[in-house]
Amino acid sequence: MNDMRILERSVDQTDAKISAKDVQVYYGDKQAIKDVNVDILDKTVTAFIGPSGCGKSTFLRCINRMNDTIDVARIEGSIKLDGEDVYDKRVDPVQLRARVGMVFQKPNPFPKSIYDNVSYGPRIHGLARNKAELDEIVEKSLRGAALWNEVKDRLQEPGTGLSGGQQQRLCIARAVATQPEVLLMDEPCSALDPIATGQVEELIDQLRSEFSVVIVTHSMQQAARVSQKTAFFHLGYLVEYGDTDDIFTNPRDPRTESYISGRIG
Amino acid sequence: MTDATIPAGASPQAKDSLLVPDARTRKRNASEARFRAYGLGAIVIAVIMLLILLFTIITDGIGAFRQTYLTIPVTLDAQQLDPSGNRDPEDLKKILTLTYGNMLNGAVEGVIAESGIQVADLTEKDVNDLISKEAAAQLRNRVLANPELIGQTVESRVLVNGRVDGYYKGRVSMASAALDGNTSPQQLQLADALKDAGLLATRWNWAFLSNPDASDQRPEAAGVGIAILGSLYMMLVVLFLAVPIGVAASIYLEEFATKNRLTDIIEVNISNLAAVPSIVFGILGLAVFINFSGLPQSAPIVGGLVLTLMTLPTIIIATRASLKAVPPSIRDAALGVGASKMQSVFHHVLPLALPGILTGTIIGLAQALGETAPLLLIGMVAFVKNFPSAPPEGLFDPASALPVQVYNWTQRADPAFIERASGAIIVLLVFLLCMNLLAIYLRRKFERRW
Amino acid sequence: MPVSWTMLIVLALAVAGFFVTRGRAVALADGDTRRLHSRPGYYGWNAALLAAVPALFVTAIWRFFWPGTSPTLISVVALALALGGIAFALSRTSPAFRARNAVESIVKALLILCSSIAILTTAGIVLSMLFETGNFFSQYSWTEFFFGTTWSPRFGGGSQLGMLPLLWGTLYISLIALVVSVPIGLFAAIYMSEYASPRLRSFAKPMIEVLAGIPTIVYGLFALITVGPMLRDYFAQPLGLGSSGSSVMTAGLVMGIMLIPFVSSLSDDIINAVPQSLRDGALGLGSTHSETIRKVVLPAALPGIVGAILLAASRAIGETMIVVMGAGAAARIGVNPFEAMTTITVKIVSQLTGDTDFAAPETLVAFALGLTLFVITLGLNIVALYVVRKYREQYE
Repeated sequence: MNDMRILERSVDQTDAKISAKDVQVYYGDKQAIKDVNVDILDKTVTAFIGPSGCGKSTFLRCINRMNDTIDVARIEGSIKLDGEDVYDKRVDPVQLRARVGMVFQKPNPFPKSIYDNVSYGPRIHGLARNKAELDEIVEKSLRGAALWNEVKDRLQEPGTGLSGGQQQRLCIARAVATQPEVLLMDEPCSALDPIATGQVEELIDQLRSEFSVVIVTHSMQQAARVSQKTAFFHLGYLVEYGDTDDIFTNPRDPRTESYISGRIG
Repeated sequence: MTDATIPAGASPQAKDSLLVPDARTRKRNASEARFRAYGLGAIVIAVIMLLILLFTIITDGIGAFRQTYLTIPVTLDAQQLDPSGNRDPEDLKKILTLTYGNMLNGAVEGVIAESGIQVADLTEKDVNDLISKEAAAQLRNRVLANPELIGQTVESRVLVNGRVDGYYKGRVSMASAALDGNTSPQQLQLADALKDAGLLATRWNWAFLSNPDASDQRPEAAGVGIAILGSLYMMLVVLFLAVPIGVAASIYLEEFATKNRLTDIIEVNISNLAAVPSIVFGILGLAVFINFSGLPQSAPIVGGLVLTLMTLPTIIIATRASLKAVPPSIRDAALGVGASKMQSVFHHVLPLALPGILTGTIIGLAQALGETAPLLLIGMVAFVKNFPSAPPEGLFDPASALPVQVYNWTQRADPAFIERASGAIIVLLVFLLCMNLLAIYLRRKFERRW
Repeated sequence: MPVSWTMLIVLALAVAGFFVTRGRAVALADGDTRRLHSRPGYYGWNAALLAAVPALFVTAIWRFFWPGTSPTLISVVALALALGGIAFALSRTSPAFRARNAVESIVKALLILCSSIAILTTAGIVLSMLFETGNFFSQYSWTEFFFGTTWSPRFGGGSQLGMLPLLWGTLYISLIALVVSVPIGLFAAIYMSEYASPRLRSFAKPMIEVLAGIPTIVYGLFALITVGPMLRDYFAQPLGLGSSGSSVMTAGLVMGIMLIPFVSSLSDDIINAVPQSLRDGALGLGSTHSETIRKVVLPAALPGIVGAILLAASRAIGETMIVVMGAGAAARIGVNPFEAMTTITVKIVSQLTGDTDFAAPETLVAFALGLTLFVITLGLNIVALYVVRKYREQYE
């Protein structure tokens, strides 16, 4: 019942970039996501919080169909990007993922040069007509990821040689270079130290001006710092969704309150 | 970071519908499909190759398990076979195969006359060569083993020569017989006539599994009996040497050895030994076991020793892997109740690792069973007509081995030996199949996840 | 064969020693085994090991290094050692004697001995070949051997034993084998680990493993009776390239088939070692599956794949039966793949089988060839194992 009320509230905001309806996800016999309805806004940072195994990462991976790579995963319901169902039979997940980029928990730069890492997406999607354009995209993306000044003199060195925080920003630059509309981030700071985390959080705040950003995080403080909207997941249900400030100061559901006050998690 | 910095046309997909793949995506998906097709093609090629290989070997070799025999009454004339009349085995042995041969020829001529077979231009040579040169020796052995037969007329199943046998297996035709010095169309017509008379038939050939090798002129009598026995003896040697040594070495390296230079050298050594070409082990066997310590050539003991050295790395690698898979908590538990390190290993770790060790051992043995090259160098390719005696003495008698017997037969001139070689391969593959099935069964039955 | 009987008697003595000493230990403790330092069995084992190990060891060494010694002498010494061992064990037996520790140190020494057999084997290989190769080079110039381009052994004397034609044949055949096996093996591994449905995998993987378990003699026969004649009748003769069933192409093709499962199982391991996070990274950027494999997985796996190819090359170079039966015996340097050529391993077999005279350079040359083969394959292996190990460490 609670869910319904929240939904009514969010539907009022009409510029939903992604809109999920009655999403169920099964891994084999086990249901991981139950009845999730949510609208994610453009040019906003939305945080998914909740205890481990609550389904927040699973739901995130549904948005760009990364769960397709898991044989036993099965999804019902609809997730619409700009009004088009991403699970429509006619949709090519490759095209979808070009528009919905992803940054992973562990920094995963390809064992290639920094330049090749960033230019990989533009190359496969044919975003540049010549080397000059490609150079431009690489520079712009690295600047966008606040990494340009640190790496501009060593673009040909391997991306795996960077520090952890730099690697994660490289992965963000790599995702940004594809010029997606939505950027999904799956606990992007969990493998980073506090300083690197700070840099990445600052970056996320800047990315909001261009993309819709969805971030899964374990840390409630992080959700509070970077997001405007927060969704709280528990045992596969979306328990509560709303403005971040409201959720943290005035949670409506007792489960949300228990979680943010540290009683469950 | 405004849109102005993005090169024109750089973001075409932003406005496109997700539901309609753009041209570039279609192109990329086509290349995806091609790539998948290459992968599938590779697997199909590999599987087809396997099927062709097995198909040709089986179709070529299945004939070795069938053999053409002539069933005729032979009168064992006591006058000729036992002139002294006392059935003394020593005296009987003095009668040579030639005598028995003449007796068989007479019997063949007898049935031809009796059943009224008429073949134009049939020569005496055609008739006499119809039966195998080995047939007389087999008849002699039968009489020597059972002297009471002398003086009787016994129904004998007599081997027919390889060409006639080949005629019934599609290897020889009337046309090829006309050009062949070892047979003739008349001989084949005679055979057909005898077949019509119910005297000649191609039947199941157990003798292929029990007979010893036979000389160049007698492919119809050749069998893999000695080769199977020789291979078996060598496997015994490998089993009794490679398994204890390999398991002991693995236990030391995995459980006791401290990390130092010596153990490092041993480890590198073992992984490199596993990749040394098998023929090099043959050279080692020749130089060390035969030339240096004077063990006999062609003996299963030498083959067994060489194969032991070859198989050791395989067994050690498999054993170490299964020892490693036993969780350290088991060792700690044993040590915790006051067992010594040695007791914890022999009472707890080793029994738990046993299924893996067995599987590795069987695979090592299977590898050794099929190995040929090193055995060529230690003389196992020699022609052996007498069965080796029982072990342990028999290990020092000359013997052959299945894979070497195959090679040996491929070097013979008569094409009938190709059938024998393929037949021997079928026997070898059946053994290997059984061993591998046993390994799979053991792995399934005892598989344990920690 | 008195030596084998001696061994059986020694073993029987060891069993007897076990029971006698065990009984004595129990008796010394007045039947109360708790008074013994170790379980009574250990006292028995101590005697059994002391009886059997020195006696069997001395017999084996003696028989092996001085094969001419009279078997009676060996037997007498062995039985004396066995009895002495039992007597020694009996004399030491007392309730305070630490039998378990004694047994464990003997067992540990045995374990060490067993693991050093690997080193002894290598030493045996190297020494036996070095020794005979030395003999060979004292009769035949080493420059002629390594750089000579003619191979024509004559047992009457005046042989030319240049290795280059054999090396050429070996490398040519190995090259063809790799050209066949690497693409097929690699693509099969990729398809199997990245695309295949569980059903296809459960069928095709064992099939390819069966290929790996087939002995090389079977491939040799396949080359001799099927592939050779087929290539001759349908390719070589119509194209006017040759009339021999044995050829570089025959041997190379069949060896390539033999190597497919080898390459594919090694590549499979290596491709699976590439972390899933890299695949996710590429897929998350909108790569197709094949783009992920070609542009991310394979480049990341490249060092490992190179190592696998080197291992396959070493296999090809050392392979014997397929070339003996499929390549021919003509030592020649040429480029026509439908001509018969020969390899190092073929000539090792032909020089060392039959009646051999170990004083003649025509026989001894086989040891020099063997040593060359050993050095080449060992070098390839060491490099390959090093490359593969470095590759694995990168992702651990």
